[in-house]
Amino acid sequence: MSDVVIKAEGVGKKYIIRHEGQESYTALRDVIGQKTKGVFKKNKPAKEEFWALKNVSFEVKQGEAIGIIGRNGAGKSTLLKILSRITEPTEGRVTLNGQTSSLLEIGTGFHPELTGRENIFLNGAVLGMTRSEIKKKFDSIVEFSGVEKFLDTPVKRYSSGMYLRLAFAVAAYLEPDILIVDEVLAVGDAEFQKKCLGKMDEVSRNEGRTVLFVSHDMRAIQRLCTKLIYLKDGRLDFQGTVEEGINAYAGSLRLPADERAHLFTNRDNGNKKAWIAGFDVRQAGDNKTLQLSVFIEATERVEKTEIAAGINDALGTRIITLHSRFMDQQFNLEKGTNEFICMVSDLVLKPGSYTLTIFLGNKYETLDYLDTPVDFELRDHSFYPGGIVPDGSQGYLMANHSWTLKSAVHAGS
Amino acid sequence: MSFHIVIEPGRTEKNYWKDLWRYRELFYILSWRDIKVRYKQTTLGILWAILRPLLTMLIFTFVFGTIAGMKFASTVPYAIIVFAGLLPWQFFSNALSESGNSLVGNERLITKVYFPRMIIPASSVITSFIDFFISFVILLALFVYYRYVPPLQVFVMPIFWIMAFIASIGPGLYLAALNVKYRDFRHVIPFIIQFGLFISPVGFSSEMIPAQWRWLYAFNPIAGVIDGFRWCIVQDAPNPLVYYPFYISLTVSLLLLGFSIRQFRKMEKNFADLV
Repeated sequence: MSDVVIKAEGVGKKYIIRHEGQESYTALRDVIGQKTKGVFKKNKPAKEEFWALKNVSFEVKQGEAIGIIGRNGAGKSTLLKILSRITEPTEGRVTLNGQTSSLLEIGTGFHPELTGRENIFLNGAVLGMTRSEIKKKFDSIVEFSGVEKFLDTPVKRYSSGMYLRLAFAVAAYLEPDILIVDEVLAVGDAEFQKKCLGKMDEVSRNEGRTVLFVSHDMRAIQRLCTKLIYLKDGRLDFQGTVEEGINAYAGSLRLPADERAHLFTNRDNGNKKAWIAGFDVRQAGDNKTLQLSVFIEATERVEKTEIAAGINDALGTRIITLHSRFMDQQFNLEKGTNEFICMVSDLVLKPGSYTLTIFLGNKYETLDYLDTPVDFELRDHSFYPGGIVPDGSQGYLMANHSWTLKSAVHAGS
Repeated sequence: MSFHIVIEPGRTEKNYWKDLWRYRELFYILSWRDIKVRYKQTTLGILWAILRPLLTMLIFTFVFGTIAGMKFASTVPYAIIVFAGLLPWQFFSNALSESGNSLVGNERLITKVYFPRMIIPASSVITSFIDFFISFVILLALFVYYRYVPPLQVFVMPIFWIMAFIASIGPGLYLAALNVKYRDFRHVIPFIIQFGLFISPVGFSSEMIPAQWRWLYAFNPIAGVIDGFRWCIVQDAPNPLVYYPFYISLTVSLLLLGFSIRQFRKMEKNFADLV
């Protein structure tokens, strides 16, 4: 057997979008309606083809941990569904060498009326384990989940945390050659996530299994994966090392300059009474204050307006939201050009790239909403006396801090 | 065991039946789940499986036997004759509605895991089988109450159980698949069941049908099954095996099964996108 365990060649998936009706299933009435209509006039129903995935090819070797990243709607889930045989590709071909289990959701098949014990067997079977296999691993599963005391309680009485732990415990004891995992870690608290990541790390690193892992959490990807596949608009945009992949992804979240200008003039997010025309962010004065300016063009006087700005890191994770409502402030916009200035004292962001989203309006109306994050750079500035700038793994914020040392001197005997 | 899987559009799974066998554990456990869940949280629990057919039988006996004064050419108590027809009919109607709605009801499973989809409607039919066996208790009680001894052919009844299974799973599979694509079938299924009761020999016997129309009447697959059950239970009921309409019924249900499996497999690949 060759050591290529997954081979995808030109995989594509087409969906037909119907513009009439919101449901994915058809109602018989519509079919009959259209057929009878067709007798009288040639009237084709509004349909549109949509390629969720197009011409995707890649190879995965045994023991590799592949991360799949991309924005929402880039085709990640469709790819996983094809690889798990849940849906059929429209074109192309996938070869899988090895027993495959997919975990697109944890706790699939769990029934609220059944007890924890019963659900372990049910969920195990759904994930492809045999009864004897589950029996063998039962004690370990229970121990890992930490719900021993509630084994004979229906899971509908479980807290959501217990439910998740039990569900993950079953999945953790799957032993396929190829494990396909969707963003199942998005749920659950930090401790739970850590535990799951640890377990998955163990699976790929120590047991030589192949893992395919979709996530938006770049830290999890960095920790777990040896290679990356980056999907963009249904196409494979990049495959290679994790570092390069994450950079490619972060780069795509940034808007190119020409699109940026376009963004400020051609948006359709508000009621046009006033709109955001531009902004500027800098570390002001003595470098201890962040200054944000937002320029607004108003076509009429608008009363009681609020403004909110969200500062995100380059990957879109929110760092802070600056909302005038938090500070109990409202403003009246005058017809013409207005400039909002926000002075944020005691916020020092380290130099680097960030993105900004801005909302203008109030509880009742949206004047404008800049929801596509626009990037900005904070220039190099020295803050720390030592002149050191924290690196990528040392967080975004800088603050004055001082360490003191207290020593208790033991009297010599 | 080697696992080499090729995924391609339109690839008719060569190992379809082998795959079905490999997933048999899932089939057992899903049937077990359906049975277990069915009567949980109901105060009377499993008693419902007895109560429903019992009450239906009482109503039938009262309406047809007492009010309408319908008479079977038989010395056997009316309740027993009706119940002999009601047993397979209730199984059929339960199986049809349970399996018809089964795929839509298990949407989460279908969109998140792969397995041969046939498992789901099939396990619903099995669940209905359990109810069916439980309602045999009533039959035994009727035997005791009327001090009635069934004829010897009661021992060949399992043949008709299998027939009942075939007659139910065929339409059940097809309706389940159609229901995924056209949700209207949610409303069509109860109608089929209601209508079916009137054209099936539950409250009357097949001999009441004019002879020249028997052949048409036999197209109802469950009609042959009911005649079979009645022959096994009612002493002076005619043996359906020696008359041709029975074989029409049998052929229809076998053809329906074959047709349904073909249709099901054709539609099965798109379930995850449609459901």
